[in-house]
Parts: sequence; structure tokens; C-alpha cells
Amino acid sequence: MTEKKTLGMYDSFIRSGKETRATHYCAGCGHGIIHKLVTEAMVELGIQDRTVIINPIGCSVFGYYYWDCGNVGAAHGRAAAVATAINRAHKNACVISYQGDGDLAAIGFNHTFQAANRGEHIAVIFVNNAIYGMTGGQMAPTTLEGMKTKTSPFGRDPLTCGYPMHVCEVLNQLKAPVYIARVSVADTKRIMQARQSIRKALEIQRDAKGYAFVEVISPCPTNLGLDPIKTAQFCIDQMEKEYPVGVIRDLTATAEPRKPDAATPTCREYFENDESQAPAAEVDPSAKELRLKFAGFGGQGILSLGICVAEAARMEKRFTTWYPSYGPEQRGGSASCSVVISGTPVGSPAVDHPDVLVCMNQPSYERFLSEVNPGGTVIVDSTVPLNLPVPDGVKVVQMPAIDLSIKLGVPKAANTMMLAALMKLNVTGLKNENLLNALYASFKKKPALVEKNKELVKEAEQWIEDNLK
Amino acid sequence: MTKFVKGNEAVVIGALYAGCDMYFGYPITPASEIAHAAAKWFPSIGREFLQAECETASINMLYGAAAAGKLTMTATSGPGFSLMQEGVSYMAGANLPGVIVNVMRAGPGLGNVYPEQGDYNQAVKGGGHGNYQCIVLAPASVQEMCDLTMRAFTLSFKYLTPAIVLADGLQGQMMETLVLPEKELERPDTASWAVHGDAATRKNLITSIFLDAPAQENHNLNLQEKYRHMGEDVDSDTYLCDDAELVLVAYGICSRIARTAAETLRAQGIKAGVFRPITLHPFPQDALAKTVEGRKAMVVELSAGQFRDDVMLHLAKAGRFQEVSLCNRMGGMVVSVDEVVAAAKIVMA
Repeated sequence: MTEKKTLGMYDSFIRSGKETRATHYCAGCGHGIIHKLVTEAMVELGIQDRTVIINPIGCSVFGYYYWDCGNVGAAHGRAAAVATAINRAHKNACVISYQGDGDLAAIGFNHTFQAANRGEHIAVIFVNNAIYGMTGGQMAPTTLEGMKTKTSPFGRDPLTCGYPMHVCEVLNQLKAPVYIARVSVADTKRIMQARQSIRKALEIQRDAKGYAFVEVISPCPTNLGLDPIKTAQFCIDQMEKEYPVGVIRDLTATAEPRKPDAATPTCREYFENDESQAPAAEVDPSAKELRLKFAGFGGQGILSLGICVAEAARMEKRFTTWYPSYGPEQRGGSASCSVVISGTPVGSPAVDHPDVLVCMNQPSYERFLSEVNPGGTVIVDSTVPLNLPVPDGVKVVQMPAIDLSIKLGVPKAANTMMLAALMKLNVTGLKNENLLNALYASFKKKPALVEKNKELVKEAEQWIEDNLK
Repeated sequence: MTKFVKGNEAVVIGALYAGCDMYFGYPITPASEIAHAAAKWFPSIGREFLQAECETASINMLYGAAAAGKLTMTATSGPGFSLMQEGVSYMAGANLPGVIVNVMRAGPGLGNVYPEQGDYNQAVKGGGHGNYQCIVLAPASVQEMCDLTMRAFTLSFKYLTPAIVLADGLQGQMMETLVLPEKELERPDTASWAVHGDAATRKNLITSIFLDAPAQENHNLNLQEKYRHMGEDVDSDTYLCDDAELVLVAYGICSRIARTAAETLRAQGIKAGVFRPITLHPFPQDALAKTVEGRKAMVVELSAGQFRDDVMLHLAKAGRFQEVSLCNRMGGMVVSVDEVVAAAKIVMA
């Protein structure tokens, strides 16, 4: 870099407390040229205030010494994720993710690939020098076949280390990117081409058109162990053979600028427009705490039956908890839920010893019967044989919930039958009106089911009247 | 106004009332309902939701959003929380705020999706590389899943450091009445330090690198000074402790089990009470020491004694050397009231 000031760069580069006009890059390194091309494009396009550059981990970690724009340092490989968030945070920002080959193509490749696939509005400048620079000359994903580095001392062997990675070509398989190009800064002619591509990538950000990716073949004399002229020649002769330069994709003519955000309600408007809410709970120490357990197979409506009872309790200003316990499988395994109804804040929401137990299958009857409190009630489906000793003071009632619901043509409504039993036997202490309203409210999105369930409740109550009373 | 919601849903409501602009996350049981609710509610009110490609991406998106001055959050469970530690360290190192909700499940490794508290040390002691500590809040109800998520944003911006809401699978899945927050929080002004992509913030820089060792040491000293100030935001709760002979010390869901156990013990003639830290970092050390003074103490936790050891450490720092008993379960087994009562009787025998 010359002594001449570059618009868009700081006048002096302060590091370790000293002011200087020299960069921290080695003689013959490509970073200085690429920094300058990025800066010139930023200034010429009039987007300096809007520009945020992600400084990666690698030799360009100190980009903020030079660039007079917003600077954010990112963890190794994570620049694409960081850039994604910054542009989504400030859609007017022109975000540049400046990354080396280890950062972008090794540790960070998935983030690179995913950001490209989402078509994030970012310009990625990918500096490919075929080697890890700052860490001291280790093999990069882009290291050429046979090339000796600190971690490929016998030369890169594709059979054990894979082949040089063609990032532009991989990204070109994706639909979303607007612009993909590979350029070089090995000589003046190439720098002029690189200038155009970098400018294009920033223009795409200025116009909010989408994802732009520019790979820059860049010399690293220090780690290649060559003088600057020979390194530039290596870039031209060796690297370009593996990584041909040129514009790979350019959809700028057809890419649409991002649409403005649609108007939406505020947080309070969104959450506070529901009229049908239960009141807050009120302390009533005279109310005895009731602990209920509902158990059966998944899919029998056990969990929603528990929610119905809990909702009814809420209507009566009780403190209420509902806690589900699933089997290992989402469907078909055992499911149970605990409901606690109390006049004071509830301690443990897990019900180990229920006052009311509703069982829809044999495993849950076998599991929970012995845990029921004295004075408690067990309602068990008629398909479950009552072949276990009943604890003292516990009442067991059989209800043909499954058979009745099948007979009435709504096999999924066995839980409604159980709700009817809870009401008719009056074991919850809750008003039937509240239990029914909670049941109907659960079908808010399927109004036809409300009428059907009204019939089902009547049938169930009639059966209990005829058989249990 | 009230809603009957899962703890996981209450988290999202709290975040939105706190003004959270951006949610980034990757699905994981038992935290997924947070992502489900966020996916629906964030865009519905003009906020940003993005499903990241992994938890490493999520946390670095938090880093980016925070660097851009936004209120941002993610939610996860153990395996994802481990992946996030790199980014949490970078956020702490760069003085960036953000909220991470960890709905703990059983570990180590894949473990299972049932409740545990085995990520205590990871959350409270830093978790990633370097000398840093996050704010850690421990909700014990659906209401607190909402309220403490809001508080996490407030404290995270007050101290410019990540805040963790440390919940568990049981709290995430349980439903309770949520009273909606009375109002939305006011947005903090971030223009003095964040990078907005505009003229006013053009000179701002977000980084955690200090190449010279003296400068890096100074940075560390500043961080430690900041952490010391967090003491003013300690919070804890007691239940039936005034005349207690035995104090059950527990956080999160265990504090509720302990609450029922204390009532049961009292009915059986043992005067038990509950001390519950609401902030795990900063830890309510003085309040704990005062509460257990002259009493026996037993920790109830869903981990291998991580919390008990920390309780003893805090008591020691407060000048008290005291035996603290342990009643715990692991692996997704939730300690029962019966087990706590039985363990308490042995302590008091």
C-alpha cells in the first residue's frame, strides 16, 4: 500500500499503540490489494456509512485497523452466520463477509453454504491463497494436489486429504445466489477484473438484490516460501489451472430488490385481543387441593382430557397445573398427565399420589392403582380387567368409554365419555358447566364437533344413570 | 389478561414483551415448542425468526444481531447448549447482550429428553473458554418462564453480557396460568456501542481480540469488575423458613417439589422450609447463609451434586462451613415428594 491516502480507509493504522501507514501484511501479500478494492468500491458506490465488514479469524482479523466503516469480528468460520444476522437486523446495511480459505471452506463451510442457499443479502469476499496464513502455513481445503505445507509435509495426497475444493462451483449448484465470480490479484490486468467483480458484489448489496460471492486468488509469499514475483507467478500458472477465473453466474439484471416489510400488529395488539380468557387465580385456603392423573395410550385423548379439567378449574379461579409425561414414542406409547387444582400456589406439578385416577388402558391401571390416596376415585375403562387388589378406601368405577364411543360412531371421543363420568360422579368439585365449556372450547376450530360432543355427553350420562347410579 | 400455556410458550411471550427483535434457533426436544411459538409469533408482529442450520450458527447469529444492537434470543437443550459455548464466550468477550434459554434434558451425550439439571455448572461457571460468567436465572413456574425471560433481557443489556434462562424439560412442558405482562419494555439505546450500518455508528467496533497481553489482561479485569457489580441484582425466595429446623435448598422445578415436601414434613412434625435462588449467577450467597444459619440444610436437585457443591462453596465464601445433605435423581428421573420427605427424615433423625 502506498503513502497516498485511500478514501474509506483510516488516515493512520493504529496498532500496539503506534500510528503507522503500513499494513500488518507481508510484502507481496494479496490482502492489501483486496482491502483497497473493497474500500474503493464502498466509497465509489456511496455506501460507506451503510457498510459493515465482518472481520474473520485469519490474517485479515485486523481489517478494522483500515476500514472506516462498521466492523464486527467473528469467530473462526462463523462470519456467514454473523453476517446473516446483521443484514436481517438492519436491512439497509451493506454487509461484507471477508473470509479466508480455512475460515470459509473448512470450519465455516456449512455456514457459507447455508447462507448462500438462503440467499442472504451479503457480499462474500473469499480470499483463496491455498494455505493457512496466520496460523503458519498449514494445509487448506484449497491447497493444490502435491503441494507441501506444514500439515502436508509430503505434499497433499488426494487419496488421504481429498482434492482442492472448488467453492464457486459448489455454490453454483444453488438457486439463490445472484452473483458468483472467481478473480485474481496476481497482476494488474487481473486486479482490474477483480475490481469489477468486487464492485458488482457491493452494488448488489446497495440495491438489496441478494447474495454475491467473489473468490479472489491471492498470493501468500511467506507461507509458500517464494518471493513476491514468484508467488504471483504461482497464482497464475498453478492456481488458475486448478481454479479458472471468470464470472460464473450473474443474475443482477433479473434479480428483484427485496420487498419492504408488511405492516403487522404490535405485541400487545396480537396477544391481548382474546376475550375468552379465564380470570387470574385467587388464593382460597379453604379449597382442598385435588391431584388428578389421567393415563392411557397416546392418541386416546388423555392429554386433552387433562387440559379440559385444568381449564375448567381456571374458570373457578383455582391455581392449576397440567404436566404431561409421554412414552418414548410420540404415538401409540403410554401417555399420562398430571393435573393439580388448588386454592393456593401449587408446589409439585407431578402427581405421584392421585385423588382421582382416570385409566384408559391396562398398563396404566397396573402402574398407578396402588398409588391412589385413600378416599380417592379410580375411573377405568371397561376393557381393563379389574384383577388387582384395590387400596383401602379407594373407589373403582368401570366406564365403557371406548366401547360407547365406538358404538356412537366417534371412536376418538372416549375421552369425552370419561369427562362425562367425572361430571356425573362429581369427583372434581368443579362445575359441570365449566367442564363442558372447556370441552367445547377445545373444538373451537372444528365447530361441527361441538354438537357431536354434546350428544356424546348426553349418551354417556344416560349410560351412567342407567348402570352406575 | 391470562393465558393457559406451556412454559416453553411463556418464554416466547416474555421475550416479545421484552422487545426481542430476532429469534435464531435449531429444533431440539424438550425445547422445540419455543421455536414453534417463535416461528409463528415473531413474524406475526414484525419480528425476525430464522431456523439456523445448527446451534453453532444460532449462537453466532445472536452474536451478529447483538453486534447490530438488536434484542435477540435462542433456545435449546443440553446438546445444543454445548455447541453454543464457543459463541457465548465470544459474546461475553465482546460485551454483547443476548438471551439463551436452556430447557435442560438428561445427559451426558445424547441422554434422553426427560428433565434434568445436569447443565448447572456449564451455565453458571461460564461453560466456554476464558474467564467469563453469564447472568443465569432459574424460573420455577410458567409465569416465571415469561417474567424471567423479560428480566434476562433487562439484565443482559444492563451488563452487556449474555443471560441464560436455565429451565428444565418439566417446566418447558407443563401448563399453568400466565398473567400477561402489563406493558412492553422500553428499548435500550445501543447507538453508543453497536454497529447499525449507519453514519452514527460507523466508527463502532465489535471484537474480543486484544493482541497485547497487558491489554487482554485489562479487558479481563474489566469483565471481572462488571461481574462483581452483578451482585446488586441477586434474587431469591423463601417458603416457611421463619421457624424452620431444616432448610431445603433447591432451584427451578425442584423448588416446587421441595415446597410440597416441606408442607408434608410439617404435617408430620418436622419444621421444614425452602430456600430458592432465583438468580444462580449472581448467587444469593448472603441470603442463603442467613437463612440456613443454625439450621440443617439439604439440597434437592436433578444432578449429581453440582448444585450442592456450589451451595457449600457459597456458604464457605460467606464464612460458614456447614454440611449440606443431598437428595437427588438423574437421567430424567424426577425426584418425588416421598423421596425428599424420606431423605429429610434421615437428616433430622
